Amino acid sequence: MSLVLGLLSHTLGRVLWYSGLRRGCHAPRKQAMEQDKALEVYDIIRTIRDPEKPNTLEELEVVTESCVEVHEIGEDEYLVIIRFTPTVPHCSLATLIGLCLRIKLQRCLPFRHKLEIYISEGTHSTEEDINKQINDKERVAAAMENPNLREIVEHQRRFLYCYSLQMV
Amino acid sequence: GRGWRGRGLREGHAGGGVARGPSPGSQGQPPPPVQPHYPPAPAGPSWVCRAVLGEGHQRTVRKVAWSPCGTYLASASFDATTCIWKKQPDGFECVTTLEGHENEVKSVAWAPSGNLLATCSRDKSVWVWEVDEEEEYECVSVLNSHTQDVKHVVWHPNQELLASASYDDTVKLYHEEEDDWVCCATLEGHESTVWSVAFDGSGERLASCSDDKTVRIWRRYKPGNEEGVACSGTDPTWKCVCNLSGFHTRTIYDVAWCHLTGALATACGDDAIRVFEESSPAAPQQPTFSLAAHVARAHSQDVNCVAWNPKEPGLLASCSDDGEIAFWKYQRPEVC
Repeated sequence: MSLVLGLLSHTLGRVLWYSGLRRGCHAPRKQAMEQDKALEVYDIIRTIRDPEKPNTLEELEVVTESCVEVHEIGEDEYLVIIRFTPTVPHCSLATLIGLCLRIKLQRCLPFRHKLEIYISEGTHSTEEDINKQINDKERVAAAMENPNLREIVEHQRRFLYCYSLQMV
Repeated sequence: GRGWRGRGLREGHAGGGVARGPSPGSQGQPPPPVQPHYPPAPAGPSWVCRAVLGEGHQRTVRKVAWSPCGTYLASASFDATTCIWKKQPDGFECVTTLEGHENEVKSVAWAPSGNLLATCSRDKSVWVWEVDEEEEYECVSVLNSHTQDVKHVVWHPNQELLASASYDDTVKLYHEEEDDWVCCATLEGHESTVWSVAFDGSGERLASCSDDKTVRIWRRYKPGNEEGVACSGTDPTWKCVCNLSGFHTRTIYDVAWCHLTGALATACGDDAIRVFEESSPAAPQQPTFSLAAHVARAHSQDVNCVAWNPKEPGLLASCSDDGEIAFWKYQRPEVC
């Protein structure tokens, strides 16, 4: 009798364990998906060149893997949040980096997304002002119609060209 | 979702159905009685592009507005100018270009009288223009009340009262006082950029929408009002009587208040269109609005603008970053 009961309880335990596994299975899968997407985003932004210096944002630690956050917000749609650390507290340079990040992702990120870009907390005196600007799509669109600004934001290729000339 | 009857045909489609009259009775039978004219079936009329006005602006055209008489179209552009176009039998002719703003013009609106026009810009100012019978435009006021970009201007439905929405998180109201335009009220409460404002049909209430993901309803209280709301001097006070929060998940770019039915539509950065209805019986001091319809993926990108047809109840137009314009037929749900 006790053997049967023992078997029953063992089976019950197993059933409960399996159902728990199935339930919990969604959470790690979603997390893994989000992490995958975050890496995809990081891969795109780390090679962006700093507007001032001949280094990438990754080399200058303006962006790091952990500075990208991705959340699933719908079917095949993700919210991407980037918190970058500008190298100098210069307002216009920080805004420029924000612009570079936004434009590069707008053009290169293959999956459906909404994007928020912020200066990492405590790194700038006017961070609220900068954050508001770089997240106002009308301001961003108007800025990108300025040929000088567009040239700077897009200078990635141009800079690469000059750099490779130097190497020869 | 509930209350929607499907999507109209979008711009660019050629052809379309035509409403047909009743067929004649067969031989020997009396003809059927004349049917009343019902609106065309959903697959009926389509929208066809009639003109492309490509010569007026050098940069993005941000907003367009028809004059109350329907003869003129104003276009506001990032090139800092506003063009006035006149409808001709064979197209549109640019009759004048309004210059003066220092940078991008964000919005333009005609006063109900048709004699006044307002424009606003990233240069923080709101300009009021007067137009006479000879189609001469003159700037009669430059209003520098806002401290940041002005995103939107709209006129009161029947008075010469102007409202503006700004990046400085406020809504401002202006009217003419002794031959000069002045700011007569500032509506504070939003926690981020106010993208748009809309008056209700009566003009006693205003709806504002913001980057803070809320829609706020403001009510006008005139001096000596029976509710005991304090006013300074002869200017009415505007008080926030309702805050619609928790419905939108991203920036709300536009709000439109139907003057025929009272329905409130919003255009949101989460790609959705929502319609709110006021719960009846109306309690003026504390109105409640409930979500009557929600189209989650109205477009595949941010919805930037919504507009109710001024003559046909329930007909709504929307446009999006995805490059599409959509037409919607909305019906108020039974229980609201």
